[in-house]
Amino acid sequence: MARFTARFFREAFHPRYEFSELIRQCFIIGYKSLSLVGLTAFIMGLVLTMQLRPSMVRYGVEAEIPAMVGISIIREIGPIITALIFAGKIGSSIGAELGSMRVTEQIDAMEVSGTNPFKYLVVTRTVAATLMLPVLVILADAIALYGSYLGVNIYEILSFKLFYTLVIDNLGYYDVIPAIIKTFFFGFAVGIVGCFKGYYSSKGTEGVGRSANSAVVMASVFIFILDLLAVQITELVWNL
Amino acid sequence: MDTREPVIVIEDLCKTFGNNVVLDHFNLTLYRGENLVVLGKSGSGKSVLIKCIIGLLRPDSGRIEVLGENVPDLNYHDLDLLRAKVGFLFQSNALYDSMTVRENLEFPLRRHWLQVEQKEVDMMVMEVLEHVGLAHTVDMMPAELSGGMRKRIALARTLILKPAIMLYDEPTTGLDPITGMEIIELIKQVQQQYQTSALVISHDMVLAETASERIAMLIEGKCYATGPYAELKTSTDPKIQAFFI
Ligand SMILES: Nc1ncnc2c1ncn2[C@@H]1O[C@H](COP(=O)(O)OP(=O)(O)OP(=O)(O)O)[C@@H](O)[C@H]1O
Ligand SMILES: [Mg+2]
Repeated sequence: MARFTARFFREAFHPRYEFSELIRQCFIIGYKSLSLVGLTAFIMGLVLTMQLRPSMVRYGVEAEIPAMVGISIIREIGPIITALIFAGKIGSSIGAELGSMRVTEQIDAMEVSGTNPFKYLVVTRTVAATLMLPVLVILADAIALYGSYLGVNIYEILSFKLFYTLVIDNLGYYDVIPAIIKTFFFGFAVGIVGCFKGYYSSKGTEGVGRSANSAVVMASVFIFILDLLAVQITELVWNL
Repeated sequence: MDTREPVIVIEDLCKTFGNNVVLDHFNLTLYRGENLVVLGKSGSGKSVLIKCIIGLLRPDSGRIEVLGENVPDLNYHDLDLLRAKVGFLFQSNALYDSMTVRENLEFPLRRHWLQVEQKEVDMMVMEVLEHVGLAHTVDMMPAELSGGMRKRIALARTLILKPAIMLYDEPTTGLDPITGMEIIELIKQVQQQYQTSALVISHDMVLAETASERIAMLIEGKCYATGPYAELKTSTDPKIQAFFI
């Protein structure tokens, strides 16, 4: 796996670059996960708000709900939930796709057709996943906040403008920037793990299923580990 | 000896996977314009042999000279140039199943010949498709085709570059005898029309009888015997006879 990642960096920075395939992969990867990410983000924002409400009311701080929800979604819940869904959807599909290309010799066929399959398949998909996850997370954050706004409005009337101001006023760069940066790493993890599992898929059709499955499991574990590292590193860096 | 110019010369080729000795000092020469069939049992290392020739597998030792160049010594770039002249038909066809037939055929063209006009590409695609008799499938996906059709599309994909040498990995395996016959006819036709040299790997005796000028027998990792079909058929060696029953 480490050698695979090293090879990724070696090949990614050498010509020839597969730009058109990269754009195509970005589109496919982004588009494929869009509806699922949107739906879960919306429900997440809505439910989170409704769940928080009783405790907040108990302490008489229900006015703080938008600020509270905003912070939790932007800093943690948005990135991690989106990344996990991304791992389930994209990690498995990359693993299965490359796995079946491996067992049906399509990867060999590319190689004899004057194409470096590592560049054409692995580099493009990994870069696309790295670039698209942050975009999806930003989108998911926005949708989740909208869900939360509706959640607030079930119990009281709050204008969208006011809700928005309450959320924004409570957010600093400290909340937003590290949260976005870590999603690049999450995306990279999903892409590279999916490719690794698929690229070295064992022969036979059950090998393909196994690749897809273990890609999701491994990517999800990596995401949690990276998340843990991200918290530590952010604190370190911010306190310098 | 043969006076024709050799296009593939294999000398003392060895390849092992762990303890599994697959090729053990294998020697073979393919001459220009000839159809050579390599016969061997399932699992005898036929696919390994052909993948060494095209550079997909690295041999442990030995020389593989293709059109005068030793394949294991080539760098990535030179290997690509050589591969443009050698067509490889995979045992499993290896059609890209996320692409239409047209895109499958365009892929090697666009990859090997960087500057080529779309009009020319379209023309060449239709030409090879007509050659294999499947012009109507141009916008279909590989999954919509039958096994025999897929084999023919895969053949078209390798022919589109007009290779000097064709390597066929079990072109008739898994097809019914009639479709198999059609593929054999196609192989013969290709050889006449494009003047290619062909190395066909198979365990299909019909293919060996009808499409070969010479047969090489791959037994226990060695080139056990070579000769025309009729000559081998009358051999008294039991290992050779085993193929003819
Ligand atoms: N990548 C590999 N790693 C390890 N062993 C391999 C590999 N490829 C092939 N082998 C071994 O090499 C031997 C020959 O395999 P090969 O695929 O060449 O057989 P074949 O003659 O093409 O058979 P078939 O007619 O079934 O296609 C087998 O024992 C196989 O286990
Ligand atoms: Mg084989």
